[in-house]
Amino acid sequence: MAEVHIRKVVKKYDEVLAVRGIDLDIRDHEFVVLVGPSGCGKTTTLRMIAGLEDITDGEIAIGGDVVNDVPPKDRDIAMVFQNYALYPHMTVHENMSFGLRLKKFPKDEINRRVDEAARILDITELLDRKPKQLSGGQRQRVAMGRAIVRNPKVFLFDEPLSNLDAKLRVQMRIEIKKVHQKVRTTTVYVTHDQVEAMTLADRVVVMNHGVIEQVGTPTELYHNPRTRFVAGFIGSPAMNFISCNLQEEGGQLKLRVNNDLSLPVPPARAGKYMQHKGNGSVLLGLRPEHLTEARSQLEPGVVAFDANLDVTEPMGMETLVYFPINGETICGRVNPSAGAKDGAPLKMAADLNQMHLIDPKSGLVL
Amino acid sequence: MTAATATPDKTTEIRMKYGSMSNDRKWALRWSYFFLVLFAIFFLTPPIYMLITSLKTSQEISAITNPWWVFNPTLDNYRELLTSNSYLTFFLNSSIVTISVVIITMLISVPAAFALSRMRFWGSTVLGMGVFLTYLIPETLLFIPLFKMMAVFNEWTGIALINRWWVLLILYPTLTVPFTTWIMIGYFASIPKELDEAALIDGATWLQTLTKIFIPVALPGLIAAMIFTFTVSWAQFLYPLAFTTSESQLVLPVGIITTLIKGDVFNWGQIMTGALLGAAPPLIIYAFLMDYYIAGLTAGATKG
Repeated sequence: MAEVHIRKVVKKYDEVLAVRGIDLDIRDHEFVVLVGPSGCGKTTTLRMIAGLEDITDGEIAIGGDVVNDVPPKDRDIAMVFQNYALYPHMTVHENMSFGLRLKKFPKDEINRRVDEAARILDITELLDRKPKQLSGGQRQRVAMGRAIVRNPKVFLFDEPLSNLDAKLRVQMRIEIKKVHQKVRTTTVYVTHDQVEAMTLADRVVVMNHGVIEQVGTPTELYHNPRTRFVAGFIGSPAMNFISCNLQEEGGQLKLRVNNDLSLPVPPARAGKYMQHKGNGSVLLGLRPEHLTEARSQLEPGVVAFDANLDVTEPMGMETLVYFPINGETICGRVNPSAGAKDGAPLKMAADLNQMHLIDPKSGLVL
Repeated sequence: MTAATATPDKTTEIRMKYGSMSNDRKWALRWSYFFLVLFAIFFLTPPIYMLITSLKTSQEISAITNPWWVFNPTLDNYRELLTSNSYLTFFLNSSIVTISVVIITMLISVPAAFALSRMRFWGSTVLGMGVFLTYLIPETLLFIPLFKMMAVFNEWTGIALINRWWVLLILYPTLTVPFTTWIMIGYFASIPKELDEAALIDGATWLQTLTKIFIPVALPGLIAAMIFTFTVSWAQFLYPLAFTTSESQLVLPVGIITTLIKGDVFNWGQIMTGALLGAAPPLIIYAFLMDYYIAGLTAGATKG
């Protein structure tokens, strides 16, 4: 169990900068998820923590010790790979105990640890099987078991669920969370799936183009994204961005979307945004769940408008509706009983209390 | 009415199409069998002729009778060869040389292949290419310079290498190491990178990764490489012919022709018997390990 500190870490492949000087402090027992699109540097960061990649510049410390020049085996870490990387010629028991046997642990200690890990992961009856006799989910468990028996300072997960089908992925996600609740080892987890990131993490680290965009708890990132990238990356379906002008109309701060639609900024937000008025075009960020069907009584800050639905997607508990604003397709979530139909008009309501305003030039949330 | 007439039409049409496909297959099979039989005849005729001749007496071999039939079968040739000291010496020399060469080749080429395929170091690709290129130089070009090298070595150190059977332990690996290294590079390359990374994190050294992960996982390739080495060493003719001369130092292929051909007198019965018996060990090994050999070669070929 240990903290991990990443200080101004840079990774350069030939002339390409994969990681551009990131800082990150991971607390003891914490479950941190690195998330971002492919090529954002998240896996490279993880591999640098593991010691599988050299660090070009900066330093990484595990448990207070700088490990830049420490080989992987002496870093006291365990890693779970995307393709499991189980040793095909060994049984599950041998796979899990390989690291301990190399370190010359006594036999009964090895057996005790393997049995305990197998119990935690519910794979006791698989211990004598070879990897090729296991299903994808079982292999994933064995890979985790191999990490658990080592009792390392840090667990590293490299997209461990990407090779599983959708249903199994949800199941294993819960398993991983349960395991972390039991063993409480500091964990760094890499994924490109923001749902995985949100559901597993104590804190999520959103990366893009080799830099950290934002670090925070899932709720923080969801409700207070700091950049347009984070706002658009976290949440499914993704946040809508509507280009508009912030201007004063009749003594009130309003968002002028087009000639027909002008949305008044709620008074609580007006003070914050006042300084940005007249700066030209801004982006209004609104999540689909804040674009719902209009009820007869509108709460303060909620604005009704008419929308012509292009497509509707009934999901059962809700219906996703898509309609155009200024040529962009906007997504809303309405009650299944609201009567949304393909090609039909619907009275929608935008909850501007939940709005975000983004400067399109800097990409920062105002 | 129309529907009723249309249905049978459709089925006959489908059946005809199906029939033509299986016809295609039939012809393909006929051609395959034709060529397979042709090849089998072509390659099996010499050993069968050897077997027939080995069962004949010298008189019958030189008599004008049907050469494809044994009129007075005898095991005399076998009896004489297996009781002659020189033949057993050749067999023993061949066995020792071959087994040693297999071991030496594996000890060199497996770690070399591991290093070339996994440990990225400066010049590793050039070295890998170089290993392959050395395999392209035929031994017929190499044996004279090699002979000269041995002679010079003898002048400088006084250690005579020529006409000692163990000089072959130095010479054969120059043929076998490049190719087996090449096979093993291909085989190791097909092992996912994560496997050695997992081993590295589990605390394995490079050597432990090689012995505990790579060698067991690449066992089919390893066996293929060993069979190749065995075959090359067992059948090697030019080097022992050039480098060894005394009867006690000869290996089987050279021993048979030097002792059984006396001037212009060919002891055909014993030559055939000796060659046939000499072919037995590779044959036995192939029969048992053929599947591994094919698996190993194809893996090296497609993934390398």
